[in-house]
Amino acid sequence: MTTQHTLSVLVENTPGVLARVSSLFMRRGFNIESLAVGPTEIPEISRMTIVVNVDELPLEQVTKQLNKLVNVLKIVELDSDSAVERELMLIKVKTDPATRGQVLETVQLFRAKVVDVSTDAVTIEATGDSGKLTAMLKVLEPFGIREIAQSGRVAIGRGARSITDRSLRAVPGTQAG
Amino acid sequence: MTGQTNLSSIETSTPTLTGAQSLVRALENAGVEVIFGIPGGAILPAYDPLFDSSIRHILVRHEQGAGHAAQGYAAASGRVGVCMATSGPGATNLVTAIADAYMDSVPIVAITGQVSSNLIGTDGFQEADIRGITMPITKHSYLVTDASEIPRVIAEAFHIAGTGRPGPVLVDIAKDALQATTTFDWPHELALPGYRPTTHPHGKQVREAARLLVDAERPVLYVGGGVIKAEASAELLRLAETYNIPVVTTLMARGAFPDSHELHLGMPGMHGTVAAVAALQRADLLVSLGARFDDRVTGNLDSFAPLAKVIHADIDPAEISKNRHADVPIVGDCREVISDLLVVLGALAEDGEKGDYAAWCQQMGSVKAKYPVGYDAPAEGLAPQTVIERISAIAGPEAVYAAGVGQHQMWAAHYVDYERPRQWLNSGGAGTMGYAVPAAMGAQVADPDRVVWAIDGDGCFQMTNQELATCALEGIPIKVAVINNSSLGMVRQWQTLFYEGRYSNTDLNTGPESIGARRIPDFVKLADAYGCVGLRCDSVEDLDATIEKAMAITDRPVVIDFVVERDAMVWPMVAAGTSNDAIKIARDLAPEWEADDL
Repeated sequence: MTTQHTLSVLVENTPGVLARVSSLFMRRGFNIESLAVGPTEIPEISRMTIVVNVDELPLEQVTKQLNKLVNVLKIVELDSDSAVERELMLIKVKTDPATRGQVLETVQLFRAKVVDVSTDAVTIEATGDSGKLTAMLKVLEPFGIREIAQSGRVAIGRGARSITDRSLRAVPGTQAG
Repeated sequence: MTGQTNLSSIETSTPTLTGAQSLVRALENAGVEVIFGIPGGAILPAYDPLFDSSIRHILVRHEQGAGHAAQGYAAASGRVGVCMATSGPGATNLVTAIADAYMDSVPIVAITGQVSSNLIGTDGFQEADIRGITMPITKHSYLVTDASEIPRVIAEAFHIAGTGRPGPVLVDIAKDALQATTTFDWPHELALPGYRPTTHPHGKQVREAARLLVDAERPVLYVGGGVIKAEASAELLRLAETYNIPVVTTLMARGAFPDSHELHLGMPGMHGTVAAVAALQRADLLVSLGARFDDRVTGNLDSFAPLAKVIHADIDPAEISKNRHADVPIVGDCREVISDLLVVLGALAEDGEKGDYAAWCQQMGSVKAKYPVGYDAPAEGLAPQTVIERISAIAGPEAVYAAGVGQHQMWAAHYVDYERPRQWLNSGGAGTMGYAVPAAMGAQVADPDRVVWAIDGDGCFQMTNQELATCALEGIPIKVAVINNSSLGMVRQWQTLFYEGRYSNTDLNTGPESIGARRIPDFVKLADAYGCVGLRCDSVEDLDATIEKAMAITDRPVVIDFVVERDAMVWPMVAAGTSNDAIKIARDLAPEWEADDL
C-alpha cells in the first residue's frame, strides 16, 4: 500500500527549476499527484508543494534525489495532523430556476461562494482540504457539473516556526581568503 | 578532490571586454590548462580570444571524442576536464560523454555555444535545447544569456563539478552573450545555498561502524570508485592492513588497493573473481566505501550478501540504502570516513577490543589460491588474455590503461596488474563503447610523461578511432591495443551462452581471411593513414617483441592489431539477474565449494 505524502520544497527562484524537479520525478519513476508553485515572503525563494503517492522507502529516495538538485534549498514533509492543507476549486454547475436554490444552499453549507452567474449556470469557488472538496462535488454532481478547474494542494505547518528560516546561506569555506 | 576553484589571488575586475573574452578569462581563472573541442557557428566568438589564451585547445575530430578526452583527463589527474562544442549537433554529440561522466561521477565542464537569445525557442539553425536534453544526466547546468553572468557561472560550474560527488556540469552560452560588451567580475564568494555536500562524517555513525567491525567475524571492505575520487588509497591500505580485513575492488575501483596485496580478493560482480564474489556472499559485514551496490555487482539483490550487515559510506546520501538497506549509513568523503574510522578503531584496540578475522582471511585466501582468474590457452591462435597479460607485464603499473566496453574491458580489468589509483580508466556505469581512444588521449595530455595504453576492441575502436588524427597531429603518443576478435565479442558470448550460438549481427569482419573474414578495415593501414605506426601480431611468439616495439615508439601514436582467437569467453560469470551463488568459472562449471565456503 502506498500512502500520500505532502512535501514542501523551497527552491531558488531561477528559470528551469520546475523542469529540473519534474524531470527528476520522471527519470526516477515517481508520480506527482499534485503540484503547486508560488512565491514566498523571500523574493529569491519559491515554494513547491508536491503531493506524491509512494511508500516510505521510495519517499526517502525522492527526498534525497530532490535534495541533490543545486537549486533545491530545503525539503520538509508536512503531515496533515500538524499542517494546514488547502486546495482551491472552481466548479461550473448547470442550474435552472428549479435547481438554483438547491445549488446555492449547497454552496452555503460548504462555506463556498458563487463567483459568476448566468441564466443556466453558476460558478462556485470552493476552498478546503481534498476531503471537503470531494464531498461537495458529490452533492453537486446530480445537478450537472459542466467544468472543473482545481489547484494543486498548498500546505503550511501549524505553529510559529517557519521553514524559510536560514534557507539562504553562502557555501561555507568558499570565502576568498 | 583537487578540482576546487581557487577564488583568491587572481585578478577580479577589469574594464569592458566581450562576453567571449570574459569566458576565456574565467576559464583561465578556474585553472583550466586544456580544452578539448571543435568550433562552430554559435561558439565561434569564444574561439577568437581562445587563440591568444594560455589555455591549450586540442581540436578533436568528433565532439564525443572531446567529451571522453575531458573524462580521461579528469580520471587520470583528478582535475576537472573541459570540453567545448557549438550549438545543435555539436552539443548533442557531447551527450554520450556527459551521460558517461554522470554515471561514473567524473568531473567535467562542458561548454556549448547556443543560438542567440532572440532565436532560442524558434527552431533556429543549429538550435537544440541542450540544457533540457542533458537535464537528467548532469549534476547541474546553466543557460547563460547575460554576459555579466559568465564569470560567476564558470566559477560555480567548476566548483560543482569538482566537489562533493563529482560529475558533469553543462554551461550553455547564447551567441549574443558571447558577443556582448560586459565587465569581468570574478566572484569572491559562491552563493550556492542549495549545494552543501557533506564531507565530514558524523562521529556517532563512525563509532557505530567501528563497533560493528569489532564484533564481526567475516568483514569485507567493498571498495568503489569513491575511494579513488577521494584520494583515500593510503588510508584504505592502513585500514585493511592494521585490522587484517579482506578487500574487493569494483570495476570503478581497480587500483584503489594493490592487486599484489594478499588481502585483495579481486573484483566482485558479474565477471568477478570467485574469491571476491564468495567473500561478499559469505560475509557477515560489508564495509562499503564509495560503492553503490550496482546491479552488476549484486546480481539478484534478494540473494546478495544474505548474511551481511552493511556499513555504507558515501558522499552522496542518495546512494545510501538506495539498493540495499544500510545498517550504518555514513555520509562523507571516503578519506575522512576511513581516517575517522581508524582513530576510533585505534582507541578500541587500545582497550583490547579488536576483531579477529584470521580464520576468515585464511579461508578466503584459500579460495583465492584455488580459483585464480585464468583461462585455457587455445590450441592455435593468440589468446586475448595473454595479450593483455603481456602488455601489463611489459608496460607495468606506472602506465595508464584505458579500456572500451565488452570482453576486452573485462579481461583488462582482470589481467592487468593494478597497483595504484588512476592507473585504470574505463566506462563502468554507462558502458560506452568507444571510450578508450579519446579517454587515453585525455589521460596522455594530463600526464605526458606516462605511457598510456588504450586496450580496445575491434568494435569499440571503430566508434571513435578518428581521434587518432588528433593524437598524431597534437603529439599525443598513445598506444592502442586492438583486441581484434572480428566480432562484437561480449554480445557474441551471450549469443553463444543464451541464444544457441545464433550469431545475429555480431560479425564485424575485421579478422583475417583464414577465419573467413574480410579484414575491413585493415587496422594497420588505417593507422598508417592517420599518421600512426600500425603493427600486427597474431602469434604468441611475436607478442613480446611487438609490444616492446610499440613501447619504443614515443613520437607517434601506435596501433597494434592483435588478431586473437574469437571464441574466448569472459569467465567467471554470473548470468544476468541470477544469484551470485550461481557463479560459473567456465561454461557449465561451478566452483567446488568446501562445506564451509558458502
